[in-house]
Amino acid sequence: MSLLLFLAGLPTAAAAAYLLMTAPSGAALDAIGGRELVVQLVYLVSSVLFVLGLRSLTKIDQARRGMQLAALGMMFAIVGTMLNQGILTFSWIIGGLVLGTVLGYPLGKFVPMTAMPQRIAFSHMFGALAATLVGVGEYYHSVQIPDAQGIERFKMAAIGFEVLFGSLTVTGSFMAFGKLQEFITGRPITFKGQNLFNLALFASAIVCFLWLIFNPFDVRVFYIMLAIGFAIGILMVLPIGGADMPVVVSLLNSYAGLAASATGFAIDNNVLIIAGALDGASGFILSMVMSKAMNRSFSNVLFGAFGSPVTASGKTSEGLVARSISAEDAAVQLAYAGRVVFVPGYGMAVAQAQHQVRELAELIEKNGGEVKFAIHPVAGRMPGHMNVLLAEANVPYDKMYDMDEINESFPETDVVVVIGANDVVNPAAKNDKASPIYGMPILNVSAARNIIVLKRGMNPGFAGIENELFFDEKTSMLFGDAKSSLTKLVSEVKAL
Amino acid sequence: MTATQIIQLYVFILAGFVGFLVITKVPPLLHTPLMAATNAISGISLVGSIFLAGGQYGTVATILGFIAVVCAMTNVVGGFIITDRMLSMFKRADSKPTGPQDTTGGAA
Repeated sequence: MSLLLFLAGLPTAAAAAYLLMTAPSGAALDAIGGRELVVQLVYLVSSVLFVLGLRSLTKIDQARRGMQLAALGMMFAIVGTMLNQGILTFSWIIGGLVLGTVLGYPLGKFVPMTAMPQRIAFSHMFGALAATLVGVGEYYHSVQIPDAQGIERFKMAAIGFEVLFGSLTVTGSFMAFGKLQEFITGRPITFKGQNLFNLALFASAIVCFLWLIFNPFDVRVFYIMLAIGFAIGILMVLPIGGADMPVVVSLLNSYAGLAASATGFAIDNNVLIIAGALDGASGFILSMVMSKAMNRSFSNVLFGAFGSPVTASGKTSEGLVARSISAEDAAVQLAYAGRVVFVPGYGMAVAQAQHQVRELAELIEKNGGEVKFAIHPVAGRMPGHMNVLLAEANVPYDKMYDMDEINESFPETDVVVVIGANDVVNPAAKNDKASPIYGMPILNVSAARNIIVLKRGMNPGFAGIENELFFDEKTSMLFGDAKSSLTKLVSEVKAL
Repeated sequence: MTATQIIQLYVFILAGFVGFLVITKVPPLLHTPLMAATNAISGISLVGSIFLAGGQYGTVATILGFIAVVCAMTNVVGGFIITDRMLSMFKRADSKPTGPQDTTGGAA
């Protein structure tokens, strides 16, 4: 199917070249024809390739090829744009394309998989910055044309959307990047009246936006709106904690797409509208999935840090004692276990322990055990974070299971190894109505016969919630850095 | 609103639907590559950036356009490379790159 379309694309490009040769250069024949027709057809092909590329991600064995098609689509879009009659000078464009390639190559090739969440947040910033600058540039030269009787309302609205969504995505992504890279604290930053302040800011942005639609030549208001957009991005992400970043990053993904779409409306370009809409939908769906997996609404994630001081904790651990285990004993349990499930969390990513996990898993399999990996939708700092890390460590993807796929098999599991995960295995989400995470779907780890928890210390997880799983009589705690604990386990199992 | 603008709205809404239907079927396994991929595709702002950089709208517009081209192209190149890199890591247990057989045990 995709191959067919690929083949169909080639003659289109050839026809494009032919038409270019034959069409009277520099002049459109009528409403649409000649060069303009070619450009539009090329855009159509690239739009189709984008859709096919994204569709290929539904089947893993076609995904790589499909994304190559999408890349081809992008190439078509670039070439098509260059053919446009509106393009008069090429030096700046070529220079920009070359510089972008030079910058982009290392960002694609060498950034380690563990840094993926911040890498993605960082590039959302770039994408949104491009859209914002296009909006500003478009506005800037539109208001300079004195003979026009104004910028048309529809176009002004599109530019306004573009600049507003773009600017808040730029700074919002930068904040998310900072929190993920940890040069900005991952803890929510709140101040008194924050909610009200942000609402007022947001309202004033909307007022500016509406004002501009009717008074597009009020240049000051435009730049005030731009500044407010930047401010909203910062203030919106400031109060959101590191563990909620999956939702934020997905949402910013969506905004970056919508900004691109708005650009398409502003400059009359369908491929921008389509690609932007696809991105917008994707980001929106991912943030829905993430919020659902945390049993929280959008607004709760975005505004949840307000007003609720971080004291909340359903139960305390007073009087309860966690049982600690030595690496030797844990190794014995694992070496002779029939069914083992690993539950990775953000702790595994921090310790970069995915390779040790795979090594341990292979040893268990060698001893005749069956190993699976259970992955909660919000484990880690972005959607699918754990899958990518495990795949990097050569864990086959057919051993990775989603929460819904694996939850029923925990009762038949001999040993569950929890590696740096906390809230996603906290039974309080099921049993304790007072707990802040009550209602969140969790991995039913406590149903397993034995649980080994790898953890640095007894301090509660990110949400600051006590985890009764750690005090379960079936649970043993293996304290220490995940990587060194796993290395010890590997050598102990080998020695048996 | 002009007729073109109405059609643009159609295009936007329908593309959004297509996106919604396609992307809801992407398994959680591939959500990170999906984000990287949409990130690369959002580099489509490149189209707008090229118009601005090459349209001779004055120095300011050209400079803004140039920066936008750089940013968007960085996303395109980096985004597609990293998506491909990620997808190349996902392998089945029998480590055959293709083939839908469910036979396991060949690895050991």
